[in-house]
Amino acid sequence: MQASERLNMTFAALADPTRRAIMARLALGEASVAELAAPFNMSQPAISKHLKVLETAGLISTGQDANKRPRKIEGGPMQEAVAWLEGYRKFWERRYEALDALLGQMEASRPKSRRKRRQV
Amino acid sequence: MTTREKFTAQVTLPSDTEVRVTRSFHAPRMLVWQAHTVPELMQRWLGHTGWSMPVCEMDVRVGGKYRWRWCSDENGQAFGFFGTFTEVSEPATLSYDQYYDPGNFDSAMPLDNPTMIRSTYTEKHGITTLVTLMDFGSKEARDAAISTGMTDGMEVSYGRLDALFASEQGK
Repeated sequence: MQASERLNMTFAALADPTRRAIMARLALGEASVAELAAPFNMSQPAISKHLKVLETAGLISTGQDANKRPRKIEGGPMQEAVAWLEGYRKFWERRYEALDALLGQMEASRPKSRRKRRQV
Repeated sequence: MTTREKFTAQVTLPSDTEVRVTRSFHAPRMLVWQAHTVPELMQRWLGHTGWSMPVCEMDVRVGGKYRWRWCSDENGQAFGFFGTFTEVSEPATLSYDQYYDPGNFDSAMPLDNPTMIRSTYTEKHGITTLVTLMDFGSKEARDAAISTGMTDGMEVSYGRLDALFASEQGK
């Protein structure tokens, strides 16, 4: 799968509050479907559907235990998605840090009386 | 002064075609507005180490045009953006469309369809929050823009740039 396709699946899978809550729970450690369903007012099949979406996106996997079939987080796609947006965020952050510096200079060079009037 | 809050940029994806960038500044919004609309001021922060911004034309009124162009000091590579202002409400709202001018720069940025950009400036207790919502028109164009933002030539030499900020702020 291409990186961009993987990102699409990651963001689509996370574009749902229940699935984000499941991911938040799994971030604390692996859990069975029953354990995952417990905090939600949802049937196990409904939860299983969400788990399928997360699993297809590669965000979670099913553990070895044949009876419990615990789900756990797979870190790779999440890290990739976070890194993708973080690179863009940093691009803006660097620009805005330059703007911070300029604004400081602009503020310092404004006449005091004008500064006062503007605050009123 | 030294203990005041350090703001950082937030990036969210409100829809499949959009990106929203939010950042606050310790400055009245009129100054933040001017820094985004007065060419001499824009050139002082929109340039980067190794990249000058020789072209910055701004006709800030509804229907007015703008044109920005960056040039690499090292190899003469150039690229830019241009477009038309669609909403001007000083100092609160600025909307414009934006076309990418690839110059002689090889990039994955989309060329044909404009990005629609809307910036809102709000001020509270001397802190201005700038929200920039960019609608790229398609998911593919948006994703390409985000990917370009993290890799393109404007990211060069940030170590030097960080050092520059540090010295500016230390003054």
